[in-house]
Amino acid sequence: MYLDWVYGLIGGLMIGGAAALFLLANGRIMGASGLLGGVVDGSGRGNLGERLAFLGGLVGLPLIVVLLRGGAPETEMTGNVAVLAAAGLLVGIGTRLANGCTSGHGVCGISRLSIRGIAATVAYLAAGAVSLFVFRHILGVV
Amino acid sequence: MKRLAFSAASGGLFGLGLMISGMTNPAKVQGWLDFLGDWDPTLAFVLGGAIVPMFFAWRYAEGRKPALGGSFPSKPEQVIDRNLILGSALFGAGWGLAGLCPGPAMASIGYGNPGVWVFVIAMVAGMAVTPWARRRLDAAPAKG
Repeated sequence: MYLDWVYGLIGGLMIGGAAALFLLANGRIMGASGLLGGVVDGSGRGNLGERLAFLGGLVGLPLIVVLLRGGAPETEMTGNVAVLAAAGLLVGIGTRLANGCTSGHGVCGISRLSIRGIAATVAYLAAGAVSLFVFRHILGVV
Repeated sequence: MKRLAFSAASGGLFGLGLMISGMTNPAKVQGWLDFLGDWDPTLAFVLGGAIVPMFFAWRYAEGRKPALGGSFPSKPEQVIDRNLILGSALFGAGWGLAGLCPGPAMASIGYGNPGVWVFVIAMVAGMAVTPWARRRLDAAPAKG
């Protein structure tokens, strides 16, 4: 348990380091949903190369680690295909409507003391806790 | 070329950080959201750890230009509107349901878990229809 917190802190510092690098080198905000969403809906045509390079690194480097280690870290998923598809739809629509997710509003917004980022983070944390409570403890589907 | 290299490096470091932090495991994320169950505080260490370097990066950026040219993004107008809260609430509902948000979902595409692929395909579909949904919402009379 405590070791998980240490790994969490180390991984978190790397995530923040990645966001700092993207900001200070490229002048861009590291928001996963925005970078992907701009590719999906075409609104990011002007800097498509940077977006694809970032997403390539994000998908590719963990894949290389998995291949070198000969196995992936644990992913314990609950919920059937329909639940996962519904969750994906909600996350896709929600993050684009709100213009950000955990990385954009959470990491980049809170660190900038952005009221929008803080408000969004409070909203998705609260909704996440309520959603988990309802679907796990009341309905028992996840 | 440099811009692409630094973009790929940032994305790669982000992915590795997500991997090491344990956030690509949906059970860890749901453990954090499960305040009334078997609560797991790991996510707070991840988010807290990530905010620290970025806090200093924003400070450093003040009055400077990005290393590869251009300018830093200006702070968006600090308005809390319906789309921000409604969108974040929908996102949170899906986040709790699957234990995945966009970054970790993409970082774990290569793990080979078909459940992640289902989630990512649905997420991309959701992103594709959002401009249409946003136009509909914006056209509807605003009630706060």
